[in-house]
Amino acid sequence: MLPATYYVGLSAILFIIGVVGVITRRNAIIIFMSIELMLNSANLAFVAFARVHEAMSGQVFVFFVLAVAAAEVAVGLALMVSIFHTKHSIDVDNISSLKG
Amino acid sequence: MTLELILFIILALVAVAAALGMVLSRNTVYSALFLILNFVTVAVFYLMLNAAFLAMAQITVYAGAIMVLFLFVIMLLGAERIPGEDKLPWQKPLAVFLGFVLLVETGYILISRSGILPPAPTAGEGFGSPEAIGMVLFNQYLLPFEVTSIVLLVAMIGAVILSRRVK
Repeated sequence: MLPATYYVGLSAILFIIGVVGVITRRNAIIIFMSIELMLNSANLAFVAFARVHEAMSGQVFVFFVLAVAAAEVAVGLALMVSIFHTKHSIDVDNISSLKG
Repeated sequence: MTLELILFIILALVAVAAALGMVLSRNTVYSALFLILNFVTVAVFYLMLNAAFLAMAQITVYAGAIMVLFLFVIMLLGAERIPGEDKLPWQKPLAVFLGFVLLVETGYILISRSGILPPAPTAGEGFGSPEAIGMVLFNQYLLPFEVTSIVLLVAMIGAVILSRRVK
């Protein structure tokens, strides 16, 4: 197997691309997808470490992250749909007040 | 150069290019498709790391279910192209610069401490198989597994209530 450093490095690069996406983009859906990218890069690091230490727990954690990400996407997209119905925009600069 | 290293480099280039395409695309549908490509390459990395079950779960749950939901909402809202005006012009260069600083920092730590990770032993028989995952999941992590079902139930109820139109 390749050194785990390669996989962790790739996971760091993907994570940073996700961070920059969250900071720079104004479209709420793109921000959401960047968060998914960050979760995914963390999963890659988990699997790499699970392989190095030969511990199944790392892979089981990826399983939990997958389930939580699915729940997060369901709630987040429902929120986005209802925000779009009231504001007719999903630009995060326009969503600055908590009042509906 | 071994075959594994060549495969890794090609896949890593595809994964990074897909991630960059996702962040930089003007059209939201293209972003979603780039993200699917990224998820599939990560699934192949899982296969290379002896996590066959997770690779399949990644493709069905992430690249399948979650991204279909994303595409569905993008189409539903008609949000493919939303013109955005920049209210903070200095924010983008600053964000890219800070991201680069973070990258250099992480790279420095990874290179200077590269010996801290032990070399991987050869994977034991059945490592990463559905059977091995099931044994750990239902013995050691039974309570978190049950709590996950409650999380999913709450998310389902939340999504239904949020998307209900108030009369």
